[in-house]
Order: sequence, then C-alpha cells, then structure tokens
Amino acid sequence: MRALIRRLVETNSPSGNEETIRALIQAEIEPLVDDLRIDPLGSLVGWKKSTKSDKRIILAAHMDEIGIMATYIDEKGYVRFTGIGGIRTLTCVGSRVIFANGTTGVIGMEEKSVRGRSAPSMNQLFIDVGATSNDDCPVGVGDAAAFVRPLVTQGTRLISKAMDDRIGCAVLIETLRQLDQAPHDVYFVFSVQEETSLSGARTSAYTIDPDMAIAVDVTDTGDTPECYPMAVNLGHGPAIKVQDGGMIAHPAVRELMIESAKKTSIPYQLEILTGGTTDAAAMQLVRAGVPAGCLSIPCRYVHTPSEMVDENDVLNGIRLLLAVLKQG
Amino acid sequence: MILKALSEARGVSGDEQEVRAIIRDAIRDVVDEAKTDTIGNLLAVKHGTGRDRLRVMISAHMDEVGLMITGHSSDGLLEVRSVGGLDPRVLPGSLWDVGPDRLPGVIGIKPIHLLENGESEKVADIENLYVDIGATGKNEAQKLVPIGTTGTFATRFREMGPTVSGKAFDDRAGCAVLVELLRAVAPVTCDIHAAFTVQEEVGLRGAHVAAYAVEPECAFALEGTIADDLPKNKKGTSPTTELGKGPAITVMDRSFMADRRLLALVRDTANELKIPYQIKQPGVGGTDSGAIHMSREGVPSITLSVPCRYIHSPVALLNLSDFANTVRLLQESIMCLSRDTLRREQ
Repeated sequence: MRALIRRLVETNSPSGNEETIRALIQAEIEPLVDDLRIDPLGSLVGWKKSTKSDKRIILAAHMDEIGIMATYIDEKGYVRFTGIGGIRTLTCVGSRVIFANGTTGVIGMEEKSVRGRSAPSMNQLFIDVGATSNDDCPVGVGDAAAFVRPLVTQGTRLISKAMDDRIGCAVLIETLRQLDQAPHDVYFVFSVQEETSLSGARTSAYTIDPDMAIAVDVTDTGDTPECYPMAVNLGHGPAIKVQDGGMIAHPAVRELMIESAKKTSIPYQLEILTGGTTDAAAMQLVRAGVPAGCLSIPCRYVHTPSEMVDENDVLNGIRLLLAVLKQG
Repeated sequence: MILKALSEARGVSGDEQEVRAIIRDAIRDVVDEAKTDTIGNLLAVKHGTGRDRLRVMISAHMDEVGLMITGHSSDGLLEVRSVGGLDPRVLPGSLWDVGPDRLPGVIGIKPIHLLENGESEKVADIENLYVDIGATGKNEAQKLVPIGTTGTFATRFREMGPTVSGKAFDDRAGCAVLVELLRAVAPVTCDIHAAFTVQEEVGLRGAHVAAYAVEPECAFALEGTIADDLPKNKKGTSPTTELGKGPAITVMDRSFMADRRLLALVRDTANELKIPYQIKQPGVGGTDSGAIHMSREGVPSITLSVPCRYIHSPVALLNLSDFANTVRLLQESIMCLSRDTLRREQ
C-alpha cells in the first residue's frame, strides 16, 4: 500500500495534464475491473458488474493535483506564473516545481516589493529555472508544472505533495482490489480537473447516470495550533461529510456511511467544512439529481507541498467503503 | 467587411436580434441548416463529406456588454445598470445609442470647474450615473425609453491602416471569424456546427444550452480577447496578448482547461503553415468553452482569439492581419481535424 501511495503522489499531473497519472492508475486497475474507458475529458472509469443488481454506484477520486502554469517569460529568463487550482503564495516561496519536460524551477519573490510581513501576491513571485535569457529558457507560456516533494513516512503519518487527492485514488484502487463481489455495478471514477472546475466528475457522472455517488477526497483538520475550529482530527478515523462549501451531503448517503461504520466498528468523524468542496458537489447536480456524499481522508496543510495524512485513516477509509458497498 | 456591420449592430446580452439577423443573412447561402433556438442562439450546420462524421461545434457570442435602463429621474434622465462587465471608469463622457431606434444619449460628467477637493480622483458608481437623452421631464423620458430598454456604445467602425477600431469586438470579431470561415471553407470531412450564442457576458448561458443541443464531440470557441500590449510600470508583466503577433490560443483560463490534443492540432497546424500565433496569458478571462466543455458527457474544447486592445470599453482596436490569420488557422485546423485527432493512446 505504501509503495502504491508513493508512486501515486510522486507522479506529476496537474489539472489538464493527467496523462501520466492516468496511465499509472490504468495499469493498476486494468486487471481488477470488468471493463474500463477514458471519457471525453480524460477521466478514467473502471467498473465491476454485478449479477444481482442493476443499481449503479459511483466512487470518485480525482487524479489531478494543484500546480502552476507559466504566464510570461521575461528578458532574463525568469518565469512568471499563475496557479492551477488554489495555490497559496505563502507556501510557494522556496518551493520547487517540475515541468513536463523535466525542467526544475525554484520559486523566488521580489524582495523589495513584498513589504514587511504581508503575504506576497502571485505577481510578486517568479520561477527561476536557471535560464539567463528569454531565448534559452526551456519553459514556454502555457507550460504546466507540479510541486516537487517526495513522500516521507514517519510512524503512521504520510507526508507528501498531492495527497489531495492521490490518497483518494489509493483508497479507490485498494477498495477495488479487496472487493470480491460487487453487490451493485460499481464505477470507479478517477476524475480530471477537480481542482479547477469539477468538470471531470460532472461529465463522467452524466454518462454513468448513477443511483448514488460518493467522492473520496481529503478534508482539512482542526487540530493544529491556532487553526480555524473544525471537529476533525488527524488519525481519528475517516470523515463522513455532512456539508462543505459546495454541497450538503444527501442524508441517506451520510446515514448509510454512518451505519456501515457503526456496524463494523470503524472509527469515523463527521465533517463540516466551511470552505472548499469536492467532486460530489458536481455529481449531485447531474441530470435529474444524484444522491451524493463524500468520504474524506483528514489531511493537514491541504494545498501546500507538504500534505499530511494518517495511514490508519486511510486503511479505515478503505474498510468503510467496502462496508458501504456491502450494505448499500 | 462583415466586421463593420457586426461591430456597429446593437446586441446587449438578451437583446441580440439585430446581430443575429445580420449573421443569418451573411451565412444563408453557405450553410445547410440554420435555426434560432429558444434562448436566441443561432445554430447553423455545414455538413461534412465523410461517412462517420465528427461533430465539431464552433461558437462565437453575439452579445456585448452595455446598459439597461432601470428608471427615470424627475428631470428626465435615465437611470441605468450595467449588463455584463462594464467598467465604470470609461462611462463618464461616453455616447450611447438607446433602444432599437438608436435614440442618441450621453452619460454626462460634472465640468472640471465645479470639482471639489479629491473629487477628480474618484470613479463614480454606475448607480450615480445617468444617460441624458435630452428629455425635458420624467413623462417624456418614460414615453421615449421604457424600463428594460438596452443601450450600446454609439461607436462607429473606423479603419486605421492595418488596424481597425470599433465597439463590441468582444465578440463580434469572433462572430466575423466564424462567418468568414463558413463562407471560405469548402465542405470538410466533419460536420461544422456553428453556434452564434447569446448571453455570454452574463454567464455563458447561450453556450450552455447550445452545447446541450448540438452534442458536439469537440468544440472551438472564438473570441476577441484582451491585448494589454501597452507601456507598463511594472516589469515582468504579461501583455496577455499583443496586436500583430497572430491569433491567440488559450491553454487555461478561469473557465476551463484547453484539450491538449486540440492544442497540439492547432499549434502543429500553425507551425507547419508558418501562421503566426501566440499563447494567451493563462488564468485570465473566461469564454463559452467554460460552459461547452462541461456539457453532457464532456466536450474537449479550445479557444482561439483575435487580440483586441481596450475591450469592454467604448472602442477596441484589432489588427486585420491577426483577424485574417485567425480565420486561416481555424480553417486549416478544421481541415486537419478528424477522429484520429481525439484518439487517446491506451
């Protein structure tokens, strides 16, 4: 499992550039599913058929990750950029990014124009790829890059970039591996472009036309010094979403998850996230509406290059999903 | 030149019929079908020659930013609100055509002699601006201009050497490119579904339903986009696009991520034929592609634009060679487009 997580998080595929991660996941799930396809926007969908039921259930995790895109190359070869997804400038300075052609860059800051202790704005930052002029810069406008930060494991804590949402992808792959018999048709959706627009899950859900959809994604925690209050702690179990910035989970889906956790004695927490949302928000509004919920893996420092999850939450998340599938 | 007629036509979001009529006439003889849908989009089809024909949607929006009359003051001035992203900095002193009969109006401004300390540094809110049509009282104003009437900038199209100026190049430039494409292109292998959409400036609403109806397999949105190639105070600032450097290709904006296969198609086509092009500053603006790509099962999409200075203001500038190169790049790309373009390596 840790080896799988390492390969997933260390793959670089910011939104709109999911080819590499898709190939990796496709190779993992191909032997485990009855069939698979790539949807028009690039989401990977693998499914297991049931002989007993014609209900369709979606489990969705997004393959894309936040990153940056070059917007301008100045005469000295410094690269200006914008975020792909929600980038915080505070965590950019000193970070490294890697472009698809292998070029590594260091994010620097206009020292004089960033005054005092205020956070820099995006246009006060630049990427130094070691170029000396516009002409020898190996990066062009429109090129995307991912943050660089390999996986570190420390006790049960797993730390890396792109836990959001490769850890969800890992949960889906492992659930698929452990699922002998599907009680319903189960569609495993590895979606694209969640961080920018939720477009991948929305369009794949339209095609599948499911009876229920569950997103598996990360959520914030409320257990770090002076953070915003939130009743989710790292290592206290997977979180069952009640509500976030984009959706209210369908009560039946929420209760199904709670019941499944109770029956199988899996620790869980209830999640109310004040900002941000997941693929579930988009899937809920597809066609005539889809009962949707979200299983969240608690994660500290979301959208920084060092996102931290607890392995026990991940393992319990897989157990909970399997229990839900049995029950649902 | 169709751009002149389109630029001078009135077409504030929701009130696009004048633009639609011009386009309908212009494409009548070169398309196989044309209809206006329930929301007001003009949807035309040019059938292809192949057997298993790819459905390609090409959209350009007919609407423009402008004003809506929301009330009348006791003095006979017109109270207004903006439709779409109208910049309040450009309103004082501007000339307007109000309503279908193009009643002349102006947004006035207090003479410089009467300004109090600091007043010249403030931008007036649109709530405090009025269109003056010279009416002598509330009754006359009400009779001439009912509430709900729209107003457009009263800007004439002008030729300035290789450059032209006019209002509403966002997105009449795109409409003109699409009209020129339909006129120029011989039937290609794919079916071309031309969508002249409404209400883009207020939330991509026309494209939303157009894409649902057309069910395309891939889509191109055409735009007149920001060119900010002006003297800058701050170093390291992108001009977004530049006049004279060719059509602008969008990789990512606030509304969508361009499909990488279509990006490769357009870039390869441009490189092969030595058509100049530029990559638009990523992360800025949004287009009909934002709605189209999320339609139904998902639609791989891309946006091509003619660079225009000063969009969303009374007057914009574009370079005619950029315009011609946009038509050419689009046409050549469409001619190379097939199902193979969209094939993924599995």
